[in-house]
Amino acid sequence: MKVALFVTCLVDQMWTSIGVSSVAVLRRVGCEVEFDKRQTCCAQPAFNTGYRDEARQVARRFISIFEESKADAIVSPSGSCTAMVHHYPQLFAGDPEWLPRARAVAARTHELSSFLVRVLKKENVGASWSGKLTWHDACHGLRDLNIKSEPRTLIRNVRGAEFVELEHADACCGFGGTFSVKYPEISMAILDQKIDAIERAGVQAVVSGDASCLMQIGGRLSRQGSKVRVMHLAELLNESSQQ
Amino acid sequence: MNHPSSETFKENAKAALADVQLRGALKNATSLFGERRKEAAASLPNWEELRTQARAIKDEVLSDLERHLKEFVRNAESRGAVVHRARDAAEANSIICGLAQERNARVIVKSKSMTTEETHLNDALEAAGMQVVETDLGEYIIQLAHEPPSHIIAPAIHKTRQQIGELFTAELGMPPTDDVDQMTSTARATLRDRFAAADVGISGVNFAIAETGTIVIVENEGNIRLTTSLPRLHIAMMGIEKVIPRFADLDVFLKLLPRSGTGQRLTTYQSFITGVKSAPDDEGPDELHIVLLDNGRSRMLAHPVTRQSLACIRCGACLNACPVYQQIGGHAYGSVYPGPIGAVITPQLMGIQKAAQLPFASSLCGACRDVCPVKIDIPQLLLHLRGEISQRKGSATERLIFKVWARVMTSPSLYKLSAIAGRILQRVVPIPRNMRKLESKSFNDLWTND
Repeated sequence: MKVALFVTCLVDQMWTSIGVSSVAVLRRVGCEVEFDKRQTCCAQPAFNTGYRDEARQVARRFISIFEESKADAIVSPSGSCTAMVHHYPQLFAGDPEWLPRARAVAARTHELSSFLVRVLKKENVGASWSGKLTWHDACHGLRDLNIKSEPRTLIRNVRGAEFVELEHADACCGFGGTFSVKYPEISMAILDQKIDAIERAGVQAVVSGDASCLMQIGGRLSRQGSKVRVMHLAELLNESSQQ
Repeated sequence: MNHPSSETFKENAKAALADVQLRGALKNATSLFGERRKEAAASLPNWEELRTQARAIKDEVLSDLERHLKEFVRNAESRGAVVHRARDAAEANSIICGLAQERNARVIVKSKSMTTEETHLNDALEAAGMQVVETDLGEYIIQLAHEPPSHIIAPAIHKTRQQIGELFTAELGMPPTDDVDQMTSTARATLRDRFAAADVGISGVNFAIAETGTIVIVENEGNIRLTTSLPRLHIAMMGIEKVIPRFADLDVFLKLLPRSGTGQRLTTYQSFITGVKSAPDDEGPDELHIVLLDNGRSRMLAHPVTRQSLACIRCGACLNACPVYQQIGGHAYGSVYPGPIGAVITPQLMGIQKAAQLPFASSLCGACRDVCPVKIDIPQLLLHLRGEISQRKGSATERLIFKVWARVMTSPSLYKLSAIAGRILQRVVPIPRNMRKLESKSFNDLWTND
């Protein structure tokens, strides 16, 4: 299957190993991966802050670029950015030209774990990693895309990994983009609950499907000198037990 | 006691975060409510179906609210009730004050009503020289403390048992204790006396049934039963959105409301009031007046996106589920309606400029939408309001930032250029907390080498 990677701006600039791992995993399960170098952002920052005109400009460009692709699917290592693309029809409601185009691109866009499990029916990608780990449900993947069992299935099939369920795994980490900029104190207070739960879980790593949540969680963990590391699902699935 | 305003939300929230007792009380209460709701919802096999049905009924009403209201008014008046329509809070308060004054009322007992909190009815009645006594235990506590409610169904949720004990000792002369039974008995004794003296009982309404003219009110303490049956005059205030078409619709709502609110399968009491007393059950007040409050609701109704705000049945589940509310509680919102639904309806009721911070006080996690018994898409409403606010009164700096951002994100060369600038900048300027540094090579750069 031919796949167009939407790497997301965050991964592109700040966490390239998530992109590299996504490509490796997709290739390992037999996908042909293409990457359009003109891509930038999904438009979520403007959309979530109420700047709809600016969001529409960026969304139109996303749509134009990805509708040129002949790939069977657009795959992204982010539930949040994928959910944003699925919100495009909201941005173009009543626009006879862009609404159908938005819908068509949204229908082809999948978050990585759901693409692997739901579309490719791959529950085991042949990864191995030894240690105890847990999963944090990133909100938009969980609630906008209904991704819950898929990453858990994939993680359980990582050889050598012991999966434990996180207490309140589905509780927000407090990031929320604009929210953490406007209300950093509240964002941190929410994050504290998540950090406590992670520490109580007694794991070596916390895995999630969004770089943004992982930055929020990882930043706090490293500042307080925790031994728990954060890992994106793509990174975990690209692990092999050479180490 | 100064009441925080929505305009100072950020400062209110900071103060709340520093309040250790508040955060302890919130943590206990919201997690308890949350767990109970989950269990109660799981106990019904058709929970999702009920939510869909409830929303369909609300949508049916909201698609022609005026017709349903007229039907309700006709049927309520045919059974002897008098129905008033109030455009805004001032009009509602003046109708109620007038009714009480015409009957020389001195003592008024009230049962819990968010709508009367919304209009600040107590202030109006007290200014007119009447004594008003809240008879719901939680409301009574906050009335004694001169505070507004901090939760839609649990108004004193922010107070610990110890704080309530101290309050009762100071205000009611109770011997110092934090024993719940003793505190409840103290309140009960004081309230019984006020019930006996009351000239008027004022209540809210949970559901108003169009086809029968019946008002339905649910509760656990029995104080609503007394408020609506003991005094000679009963006044019920309701938002115009409370009407439902048929008696049979209650089946759905009475399953959803208590389970979503307190996690109960049924509340201890549900009062059905149809008109005034009549033979053969010649009991209850001589007069029933029902005040239908608009106060901005017609405006919400007029817009296809905001209309769903009126489907709310005030169960409070979204507050308990909200990570923001769980940390800061209700007072920080500066509105009688706090939490996610408060952040949606407060700007619409008070005017967007007075509550412009509230729609941004959410991580958009969507937990509120998951628990809402009538499936209100609260994140969508928050996003809609953010659009209204940012486009109309976003700060000039923020507007400029997003204009530049859009330029950068629509041009691969500008995008690349700003990444380079960012890499230089981050050597001298500290990167924001919990962000990673820009990597020396972007994924895009790496892809060429692939």
